[in-house]
Amino acid sequence: MEGAVFRPLRVSCNGMSKQTAALLEARGVAKHYGPVAALRAADLSVAPGEIHALLGANGAGKSTLVKCLSGVIRPDTGTISFGGRAVRARSPMHAARLGLAPVFQDPALVPDLSVTQNLRLTGMPLGRVRAELAAMELSVNFNEQVGDLALPVLRMLDLARALARDPQLLILDEITAALPSDLAERVFAVMRERREKGRSVLFITHRLAEVIAICDRATILRDGRDVGTMVPREGGEARIVEIMLGPEAARAEARAAELSEDDVAVAPDARERPDAVAADAVLELDGLRAGNVQELSLRIAAGEVVGVAALEGQGQDELFEVLAGERKPESGEVRLRGKPFRARHPYDAIRKGVVLVPPDRLLALLPQRSVRENVAAPHYSTPLRWGPINMRDEGRRVRHAVDALQIDMRAARQVRRLSGGNQQKVTIARWLASGFTTLLCNDPTRGVDVGTKRQVYTLLRELAADGAAILFFSSELAEFPLVCDRVLTVYGGRVTAELPGPAADEASLLQAMHGLDLEEAVA
Amino acid sequence: MSAPAAAIAFRGTAAWRRNLRLHGWTVAVWLVLLALVPYWRSLSQQDLEFDLQAVAIDALPLCFAAMAQAVIVISGGIDLSIGSMMGVVNVLSAKHMIGMSFREALAFSLLILVLTALAGAFTGLIITLSRIPDIVVTLGMLFVWQGVALWIMEIPGGGAPLQYSDLALGSVGSTLIPNALVVVLVAFALVWLPLRWLRPGLAIYAVGSNRTAAYLSGIGVARTRVGAYMLGGVFTGLGGLALTASSGIGDPNAGVTYTLNSVAAVVLGGVALVGGVGGLIGPIAAALVLTMSKIILLLRGTDPNYANVYQGALIIFVVVIGGLLARKTRS
Ligand SMILES: Nc1ncnc2c1ncn2[C@@H]1O[C@H](COP(=O)(O)OP(=O)(O)OP(=O)(O)O)[C@@H](O)[C@H]1O
Ligand SMILES: [Mg+2]
Repeated sequence: MEGAVFRPLRVSCNGMSKQTAALLEARGVAKHYGPVAALRAADLSVAPGEIHALLGANGAGKSTLVKCLSGVIRPDTGTISFGGRAVRARSPMHAARLGLAPVFQDPALVPDLSVTQNLRLTGMPLGRVRAELAAMELSVNFNEQVGDLALPVLRMLDLARALARDPQLLILDEITAALPSDLAERVFAVMRERREKGRSVLFITHRLAEVIAICDRATILRDGRDVGTMVPREGGEARIVEIMLGPEAARAEARAAELSEDDVAVAPDARERPDAVAADAVLELDGLRAGNVQELSLRIAAGEVVGVAALEGQGQDELFEVLAGERKPESGEVRLRGKPFRARHPYDAIRKGVVLVPPDRLLALLPQRSVRENVAAPHYSTPLRWGPINMRDEGRRVRHAVDALQIDMRAARQVRRLSGGNQQKVTIARWLASGFTTLLCNDPTRGVDVGTKRQVYTLLRELAADGAAILFFSSELAEFPLVCDRVLTVYGGRVTAELPGPAADEASLLQAMHGLDLEEAVA
Repeated sequence: MSAPAAAIAFRGTAAWRRNLRLHGWTVAVWLVLLALVPYWRSLSQQDLEFDLQAVAIDALPLCFAAMAQAVIVISGGIDLSIGSMMGVVNVLSAKHMIGMSFREALAFSLLILVLTALAGAFTGLIITLSRIPDIVVTLGMLFVWQGVALWIMEIPGGGAPLQYSDLALGSVGSTLIPNALVVVLVAFALVWLPLRWLRPGLAIYAVGSNRTAAYLSGIGVARTRVGAYMLGGVFTGLGGLALTASSGIGDPNAGVTYTLNSVAAVVLGGVALVGGVGGLIGPIAAALVLTMSKIILLLRGTDPNYANVYQGALIIFVVVIGGLLARKTRS
């Protein structure tokens, strides 16, 4: 069937190509969880050989739709046809046999088994998965227990496992959210390759730049309904945001965007006071060594957001772990407000006002408890606060944090029922409610939608303006100039370059992150 | 924004560390057992054959109870009805085997195993269909089986053919390899080993480790859990038959202690109560350690009431030490 490569037709907004039969056609799919409408009525049509984006704010119902398509849950109503036939996948296995392979938002590998055992469990030939990994130029030790592997590795394994089935439709639910840029690039290459072969990809992401760069069409969900299908390249980011958030919200959003750009313009001025900065350095690291961290030194002043940009496994995770009290440094010195800082336990760190937003939200949350308890949890631990909980005060703090981050409270009784992005917001809200002096953000906007991302940036800038010291890592390079006063690039556990925030554009960051000399590269 | 496409190899845990974590506990329990043997021999005045018999009488039913509990705990459940189901099997088999020939008794045993497998599956079905926690359902079953045992036989009685008892008490030929050990190994090799390395066994681990991930990987979660209870039923049935063979009598209350002892053996044997971790070899050794330590305390003339205190303390001590060591091996 060479040569029969399908080229996606350029169709106008909301139009569906009448000429070609769609590969996947979902009509009026709805799903309710008790009183919560996760998905009200969604239509989706994916053509053969296209990369189709599925967009929407946190809680819009994207993951729910994916789960309906792939047989994880049964939709209440609606019809799904695949390859021209009406289907209803009974289980993920069944969906896979139909030619539909999903990579879910959270890893679907069993932690206590080795990679090999996980693959055998699904009856997947090891060789095929290894070949898919090799094609992406990755190698993973298959004897490793899955619980020992880092999140990005798990995502790539999930992807390789789905690819090994050579599915007609590959579904990627926010796979790039947890990936550093070099791995994300590989995922994009894979997606393009699928398209070349005439296969389709349904791609969920909150990074609109990715959508514009590689997606042929996009369907946008809002509040459980599809509100438009468009060609992203023609519409541009502004149009997507407008459809996604609704016209009014989008206007407010545009204003906010302008404001935060003003912020960026202001930021360098704020930085130009070196003496002041040196005077009130809040957090100082000297020659820190721990795991992948080799001789790392940095300082953060009050009111400053310092970015750390790095590829996967360059020591950034260990850096955060040491500061948060989860890991003992091998050597080196950490000072907090000039005094030696040694946190043996997150409890120590939190008491001293150093708090962490971790990269893996599942580790930080109490999944069975309510949003309120999750947000108030750090509050419960101080002995002084034993005794009756001041419900009124707690309620006020929680409400404030929930409003500031616009957490979707429809399924608030158990955090595990929130959408992925809303869970992420809870991990940030917790510290807003309980207060801190130093905030460690390890990829805080992972899986958070565009609107809320902007709010997070503004929030971080406000917190800094109020005197907080903030250490910021992100896997999305575009965030650095929006948030940071300074950006340090880390390679091989050492700081390789320092850029002023506004100058930290993707190209220069990438150069430095790969350990290339900036001047040399420019010349 | 073109990233150089260098090959990336993900580094992980060192192999020795991983193996230590996966198998260290089991090896340690076997070493403890080996260390106990000379001490036990030095205390005893009897000849070896008699001693081995004494251990086998106590250890064989507990070994099976531990295997039953281990399979179920690995799958993420727990079964509090193991002991009383063993009691049912004990009285049922003793009541009917008393007049039977050896062959008939063996055939009857097979029938009983089928029944206990079905009973286990039934328990599993109630749990998965009703979504009531395992501990609640099996607590209920504990009382049900206790009642059934008393209903079958009110006061101790019945018996088994001599040759049948020999399965638990004798030894192979004239050598000192106890039949009981052979029986346990055969059951382990025939029932568990084939599963362990095939998909059904992996599925039991997967379901115990992370139910959502297992489901998303395409495992039939309910089916697997029911299967684990069914397998537990088979081992429980073997335990009840072992009770009959080793005691030579049916007693409706004989099984009672085995429920909690099986949990002790499982914990001591390195199976995590949260599921997904461990195996059957560890619990088998732990069952032997528990039996052996009890006998040692008796030989030393310890008051049986204190003996329980010592044994309880031993379990906690070992598990605490193990837990501390395990933390060190974690990367
Ligand atoms: N098991 C559940 N019980 C109750 N409510 C649920 C459950 N699963 C999802 N929901 C709710 O359904 C809505 C849609 O969730 P979904 O996960 O589909 O959102 P999403 O579009 O994927 O968002 P995100 O971008 O944050 O991942 C959310 O409001 C969520 O709280
Ligand atoms: Mg989602």
